[in-house]
Amino acid sequence: MLGWGVERLRADMNRLLALLFHQGVLDEQFLQLQQLQDESSPNFVYDVVNIYFNESEKLLRNLRTLLMDREFSDYKKMGIHLNQFMGSSSSIGAKRVSNVCVAFRAASEQNNRSGCLRALELLEHEYCYLKNKLHEFFQMEQQRALAAGVRYPMQN
Amino acid sequence: MDKKISTALVVDDNTVNQRIHRKLLDNLGIQSETVANGKEAVDVHISGKNFDLILMDLEMPIMNGIEATRKLREMGIRSMIAGVSTRSLEEEKQEFMKAGLDDFQEKPLTVAKLVSILHKLNRK
Repeated sequence: MLGWGVERLRADMNRLLALLFHQGVLDEQFLQLQQLQDESSPNFVYDVVNIYFNESEKLLRNLRTLLMDREFSDYKKMGIHLNQFMGSSSSIGAKRVSNVCVAFRAASEQNNRSGCLRALELLEHEYCYLKNKLHEFFQMEQQRALAAGVRYPMQN
Repeated sequence: MDKKISTALVVDDNTVNQRIHRKLLDNLGIQSETVANGKEAVDVHISGKNFDLILMDLEMPIMNGIEATRKLREMGIRSMIAGVSTRSLEEEKQEFMKAGLDDFQEKPLTVAKLVSILHKLNRK
């Protein structure tokens, strides 16, 4: 009975991942992260993704603060934040977020404030979708681990 | 005879990348330390530490990867230095290589790319 629940959850997780790959939200780099996880770091993916969420939200706040300033002109600083965001997004396989960062950076390099504002809206939207879906994935993982009798970190 | 690679320095200002690169190295049995910019990489060598391999990011605050690589080579550091960066503009890559890199890999770093770096280190 317990085994059936675990298998069903595993199937649900695989379906969710397949959807995210199909939508281009994630790419194979996410699989690379999963392959790094082992007995010595059983929560590696969860830990790294949470670091990513914390860092990304700081970067998004910084980007919004910069752009909301009517006197804004520090495109160099914006570029630094975007490079950070792009780097960590591509490292966890967040493909669509990473792609929006590329477009955002292009607007920033052209000192195009309205283009940057549009890109920021899109970036916030893509990030929000990614975060919700990964939360869903980790909730299923937590349920699967509980069903299998494995310790799992409590999620915030 | 294969050189035993046992220590590495991860030079990257991005916490996510630090974590991933350390895990990649750890899974290959390589002990690693991290620093957050080029100046810290130089300082850790001035303190007397040495590493078989340095994974050097390009864009970092205070001192970037190009300056840090140049400085380390001027100090006589002969460790393998592999540049890892998301920026792939050819001019930047050339400048990075000229500063003294032994190899360059585009991020994101994967097991295959790291193994490729280690093979080059063995042939050095």
